[in-house]
Amino acid sequence: MTATISTTSVTPTRRRRRSARLSPLLAAFVLVPFAVESVWVFWPAIQGFWFSLTRWDGMTPPTFVGTDNYVELAGDATFRGALVNTVIWLVLFGGLSVLGGFGMALVLQKERRGVGFYRAALFTPVVFSLVVTALVWRVFYQPDGIADTLLRAVGLEQLIRPWLADPQTALYAVILPALWRQIGYVMVLFLAGLKAIDPALHEAARMDGANSWQRLRHVTIPQLKGVNAVVLSVIVIDSLRSFDIVWSLTKGGPYHSSELLSTYMYSTAFQSLRLGYASAIAVVIFVLALAVILGYLVRAFREEAS
Amino acid sequence: MNKLRTGAFHTGMILLSLLWLGPVLWVVVMSTRSFDDIAAHGVGSLPRSFTLDTYRQAWTDGGELRALINSMLVTVPSVLVSLGLAAMAAFALSRFRIPGRRTILLLMLAGNLLPPQILLIPVAKFSELTGLYDTLWALIAVQVGFGLGFYTFVLHGFMRDLPGEIQEAATIDGAGTAQIFTKVMLPLTRPALAALGALSFTWIFNDLLWAITVLRTDDNMPVTPALLALQGQFVSSWNVIAAGTVIAAVPTVAVFLRFQRHFVSGLALGAVK
Repeated sequence: MTATISTTSVTPTRRRRRSARLSPLLAAFVLVPFAVESVWVFWPAIQGFWFSLTRWDGMTPPTFVGTDNYVELAGDATFRGALVNTVIWLVLFGGLSVLGGFGMALVLQKERRGVGFYRAALFTPVVFSLVVTALVWRVFYQPDGIADTLLRAVGLEQLIRPWLADPQTALYAVILPALWRQIGYVMVLFLAGLKAIDPALHEAARMDGANSWQRLRHVTIPQLKGVNAVVLSVIVIDSLRSFDIVWSLTKGGPYHSSELLSTYMYSTAFQSLRLGYASAIAVVIFVLALAVILGYLVRAFREEAS
Repeated sequence: MNKLRTGAFHTGMILLSLLWLGPVLWVVVMSTRSFDDIAAHGVGSLPRSFTLDTYRQAWTDGGELRALINSMLVTVPSVLVSLGLAAMAAFALSRFRIPGRRTILLLMLAGNLLPPQILLIPVAKFSELTGLYDTLWALIAVQVGFGLGFYTFVLHGFMRDLPGEIQEAATIDGAGTAQIFTKVMLPLTRPALAALGALSFTWIFNDLLWAITVLRTDDNMPVTPALLALQGQFVSSWNVIAAGTVIAAVPTVAVFLRFQRHFVSGLALGAVK
């Protein structure tokens, strides 16, 4: 160990840093983790693109079919439905969790009595797995469950339906628990961002006669630019990845009414065993996420440079 | 007027908190009800019975014990190995002028941002090829590989901001690279490691998708997929399913309560820069 750096420890700092690149130990520090990620992430990702150009049942070797899978996707009604549902998911789940999380952060940002408890209450579901969340809500949606009991209590029996088994409501009945879990998470991100804003800015705005709405619009929101970018990336990536909650509540059914691209991809791959076709769906998910991933990386790159 | 506003604030927030905590409490209460009680009055009714036998059923008949052991066998090594490897990479990339370090770092981060769907089929096939399929090793490996990029990125940001003088002083005292890493940098990075440790524990423990991709046998399943299986096994025994749900939630809640401060600061790590 000392052999690798014995030459470096006597030279001045600046020189040490430059010559350190030769140390095999340091090279291993970088290469071992990089190799692990290469084997389990980079190489599989490249293979994923290749598989999307093949027909493959997983037993016999894959046969190259060019862009056939993508052509088939274009005419696949289930795929189109899943795409629409994914967009609905992105807008409702993403949009409402940002609005809800931001709203709760604004309401709970000031330290006062009880705030700690309220924050903790909203945050509690974040530590549960989505499968646990799903089961908690299944009780809620169950025939004669809490939802039905509540509706009966207020005299709205006619609204009662099998929430998760009705194609009209299934997707929304799945979004609700996902939101319930996400709002606390987004709230924590915004709380951290709000805390970092210099109070002097608000003080100055107040001196200039800005009301609370103007201060929110012209001080708070611009100051949160960094947080907004992170939250946006997290939300879009999370939305496109969403799988667990749908899989545990409806498996994409009934009649694909709550199908997302992620669940359709999974069932196509591991239940229908159409691995090539499923890979093509995965590539579509990747392309949808690409813009966000690139934006995130550009931001990270700028930060590194500064 | 002020009093009125405070009152409105607390009333609104208590109702909202109830909306968040209510369903959880409902499940906890339901896990202590008898089958007959729920069958007769429905899951939406108030409890009229008390039993803890549901936990025994979920624990032994439902295989939750086995599943919890599997979860711990996967989660603990995955957290330790991925944080260890990420700390190594972050140390080298942040404290030394390694050629192409910025590209390496962003490439590693990019790997973590990929939608896992693109990796599922190749990873399943690769683990079949290496004979790891349907073993906990495959799950540990993929959890480590997939998480590494993000942990490295966060730890890199943290280590980069540590003062350079400490490292220089250690170098002058004759400490080697390995010693600087283990004796100087790791102790200084502890807050970030604790935050990431608490976070990654819940992420890996709560995972469903990777587990059902690389595992098949029920006996090998961690607690999250096992909970789904439990639901199939005890179709209408809502009390047993509720007990299983509570059992599956306890470890992450415990980690959260123990590392609360770290946990929240970990979530915020990426948000404020």
